[in-house]
Amino acid sequence: MLGNLNIRVIFEYFPALWQGFLNTLMMSGLGFAGAMILGIIACALTIQPLRWLRAPAVAYVDVIRATPLLAQLYFLYFGLPRLGILLPEILIGIVALALNSGAYVAEIIRSGILAVPRGQFEASMSSGLTYLQRMRFIILPQAIRPTVSPLIGQAIVLVKDSSLLSLISVVELARVGQQIALDRFMPVEGLAATAAGFLIIYYMLKALAALWSRFNRLPGQA
Amino acid sequence: MFWFQVERLLNYWPLLLKGLGMTVSLSLISLLIGGVIGLLFGIIRAGRIRWLSFVVGLYIDLFRGTPFLVQVFICFFILPSVGIELSAFSAGVLALSNLSACFIGEIVASGIKAVPRGQSEAALSSGFRHWQQLRLIILPQALRIVRPSLVGQFILLVKDSSVISAIGIMDLTRSGWMIVQNIPNGLLIFGVVGVGYFIICYPMIFLARRMERRNQSSLL
Repeated sequence: MLGNLNIRVIFEYFPALWQGFLNTLMMSGLGFAGAMILGIIACALTIQPLRWLRAPAVAYVDVIRATPLLAQLYFLYFGLPRLGILLPEILIGIVALALNSGAYVAEIIRSGILAVPRGQFEASMSSGLTYLQRMRFIILPQAIRPTVSPLIGQAIVLVKDSSLLSLISVVELARVGQQIALDRFMPVEGLAATAAGFLIIYYMLKALAALWSRFNRLPGQA
Repeated sequence: MFWFQVERLLNYWPLLLKGLGMTVSLSLISLLIGGVIGLLFGIIRAGRIRWLSFVVGLYIDLFRGTPFLVQVFICFFILPSVGIELSAFSAGVLALSNLSACFIGEIVASGIKAVPRGQSEAALSSGFRHWQQLRLIILPQALRIVRPSLVGQFILLVKDSSVISAIGIMDLTRSGWMIVQNIPNGLLIFGVVGVGYFIICYPMIFLARRMERRNQSSLL
């Protein structure tokens, strides 16, 4: 199967593949930035005491986590024009990625905050710090560190999920691979090139996670 | 206009139900096959045979590092060119089982590694053979530790099964896609589709949370 791989086609399509690779990176980057913002807001709303602010945030996280990204993507793609919102496909895709990952980011950050020992909350409270001061100086610095590795994991998921945008005809890595498969009837070459592109991003992010955990080992951890 | 569309959507009810059934059966079959292979992968990954563990680790990485959509296309478009002719359904089951085997393998391996070392030492000094040790002492404890992650994995499986709609399987997402061509109201139709997934997934999210809480309290 790999013996008669036609390397020439991959070279011929290299500019398109490179463009797709960059598009995938760009969309994932923007999507992840959006997800971080959404996730932080949603998490802040779920852990604060006011119920009428907490309920919508909890509902957002649960609904997103219980439905597939593809259904969410189609919901926006076929639904937004009905509300009179006409956006280019690529923007719809980035919004869908951000909305989807935002819920997972919120959960990751929340579990980081919940992992901070209760005594820390109580000690900071009895030191007379206000809610914002407690969060800013005591809780968040301790909560953020253990969330970095899972957040990189979520970034990996997001990059792979961005391939679904090819189904609403956004030109990215997976779409270029499909074009090679369809134009030249060479599915092996097209999909191998696509898979290689995604594997490069995957291994880079994985190395980043390993590097982080190597230099940020908490005291007492093996 | 809206109520008219709801009325028309009611005519498509059987299609949606069939799609829901397809989604559930795809996920259940893949969970079963993937669970068995995943257990094997996990035992190998946590085992002592270095080169075998490395090979399985590489295999798992290959599938964890590429998008599921690409894997589905590989099963559907490339396997025929090497003489393996698959229907869309079996290609979907193959891709999904393989993916779940890879994820479950990593979960099981982490569970085996989380069982305290004293357990295998105690088993060894009680005269258990290696296989007995694994089957009677280590695995039962490891599986209890990873139970919440396994439920979480099944939720992911249900959601990932929607990607298989790209090769024309009539699952819940695909039937929504078909209906939206006739009734141009994406919010309504994919809202209903979303409710279908929510009904399957939300109870399991709830269950996983409860298991996690129970695990935590038993560890403390």
